[in-house]
Amino acid sequence: MTAKQPIVEMRNIVKRFGSVEALSGVSMTVRKGEVLGLLGDNGAGKSTLVKTLAGVHDPDQGDIIVRGQKVSPWTPMAARDAGIETVFQDRALAPQHSIVTNIFMGREITNGLGLLKVQEQIDEANRLMREIGFTSKVFNPESTVGHLSGGERQGVAIARALYNKADVIVLDEPTTALSLTETQKVFRFVEAVKDSGRTVVFIGHNIYHVWDIADRFFVIDRGRTAFEGEKAQFTGADHLIQLMHQLAETGKADTTSLRPVVDAVA
Amino acid sequence: MAETTTAETTATSAIDKRGDQSAWILFYRRNGRALNAFITFLLVWGFFAFNNPTLFLIPGYYNAFLFSVPATIIITTALVFVIVSGEIDLAFPSVMGAGGGLFMYMVLYGVPVLVAAAITMALGAAIGFGIGAVVVWGKISSLVATLGLNFFIVGLVNLLAQGRNIEARDAVGSFGYRFFTSRWDVFGLQVPNHFIIAIVWTIFCYVLFTYHKFGVRVQLTGDNPESARQMGINIDRVRIGVFVFSGLAAGLCGVILVQTANMVWFPTSGKAYLLIALAAVFVGGTPVWGGVGTIWGAFFGALTITLIPSGAVGAGFAGFWTDFMFGLVIILSMIAHRFSGARVR
Repeated sequence: MTAKQPIVEMRNIVKRFGSVEALSGVSMTVRKGEVLGLLGDNGAGKSTLVKTLAGVHDPDQGDIIVRGQKVSPWTPMAARDAGIETVFQDRALAPQHSIVTNIFMGREITNGLGLLKVQEQIDEANRLMREIGFTSKVFNPESTVGHLSGGERQGVAIARALYNKADVIVLDEPTTALSLTETQKVFRFVEAVKDSGRTVVFIGHNIYHVWDIADRFFVIDRGRTAFEGEKAQFTGADHLIQLMHQLAETGKADTTSLRPVVDAVA
Repeated sequence: MAETTTAETTATSAIDKRGDQSAWILFYRRNGRALNAFITFLLVWGFFAFNNPTLFLIPGYYNAFLFSVPATIIITTALVFVIVSGEIDLAFPSVMGAGGGLFMYMVLYGVPVLVAAAITMALGAAIGFGIGAVVVWGKISSLVATLGLNFFIVGLVNLLAQGRNIEARDAVGSFGYRFFTSRWDVFGLQVPNHFIIAIVWTIFCYVLFTYHKFGVRVQLTGDNPESARQMGINIDRVRIGVFVFSGLAAGLCGVILVQTANMVWFPTSGKAYLLIALAAVFVGGTPVWGGVGTIWGAFFGALTITLIPSGAVGAGFAGFWTDFMFGLVIILSMIAHRFSGARVR
């Protein structure tokens, strides 16, 4: 495996909410073409880190560097413009509106006067929905999102992330509250995105899910980086789980058991 | 996991049923709120007309109606944006009053009527910006903030006017005055220019609300502000924008109010519109919870609410029935709107 180029670097990110320090200097690098699994206990700072990556939180300290360029101010639009699309845990949909309105939320296709190109948006929505195998006789781009099931709503959020050919797609707990078949669909989708050369950041509770899907793991604990490693450095999923247990109990994981990085030339 | 699977299955079958619906039902689903408002207007009109058919079939009977309804239409359609964004504006009557007063001062000092009208709209928008800034940057609930600001602006106007009317009779008959108040005879019905302005305004609002980026973002912000923010919509800007828009409309209404009063401004100008316009928005089918709304519904809501006082008298009811009928129409139309869609989450 050749060392992949970094696409987004978060350096020494500090984020406070009032007197609570949610992130105390986390540095995370997302590399081109990888599937990065982000792990951590409840309250470890996963959500804050993801929302910071998505631009929802502007860090109090630290830099965000995209393709070698520092971006400031860091806003949701700045993140999207930099090619980072996020499928949020709550899916960030407007349930009273149509699928097409939701897909183009914040990125409407308009003419010079700001008027929507309605047909173009519908055609594009249809294309996106077909692309991710999200089709049905019973709903079309103009169906109201509030009438869709949880999995279908997830499909809308994913279709939105795919529009605009984002380089990095962040999936925050994408399998929560999904059925088994729908979870399989999400996994197949991640594979497809990875095969197209794009990057996925996958946040999950279920370590086995994350193990199956990710190339590299980043573990956060109490607002700090606990450890990180490539899949090949672990002997298996149980190894990763053992380290996380150790981290939860002692507050520190003994990473000496990790294998050294193999810098094999492809 | 098993529980979720069952839930998904039920949800899917509900959608399957939806898929079988006819084109008519789908049309009603999409435009139900506006259609209900239209039907409400027809029913209210029908009820009055039934009681006194001869009077209600004379076109000339509607002259006064067409003369007084435009201001209500203009402010109601603008308020749809505010309500849909999830906010409320109780300060627009004071902006109408202040706008009318400023307009009259300009006319008294020789500014041409149309120029003064344009400046008044810009000033209305500027006051609206101030209101929006207090709500958004002051992080105050718009209900409380605009309630307070309404008193504040009315108070300022009272202090400046010292209770005096402003008259500019010289401007009666000027080109700008005629631009607003000239009438066109259509089969015995006198259609005033400012009614035509109100129709053009409504079409403008409809396009802005439905097909423009701003309108769509207003709807998304009202539906789920956190989602809108996460998707990169500047919800603060959207919220300030709806107050600017409402201020602009209130400025235009202030201008129309003094024109229709033969170029006389009263310190109480605009005051009467607070409850009327809000009732018209809701009778028009825009729900209170934000996220969705209808411009044409608000248009018919404004017609309905304006028709009630004069219509009741025309139908032979004593004047003190008016408030009772307002209440009845508001309650009944709210129940009717329940059928065109409860909130989906």
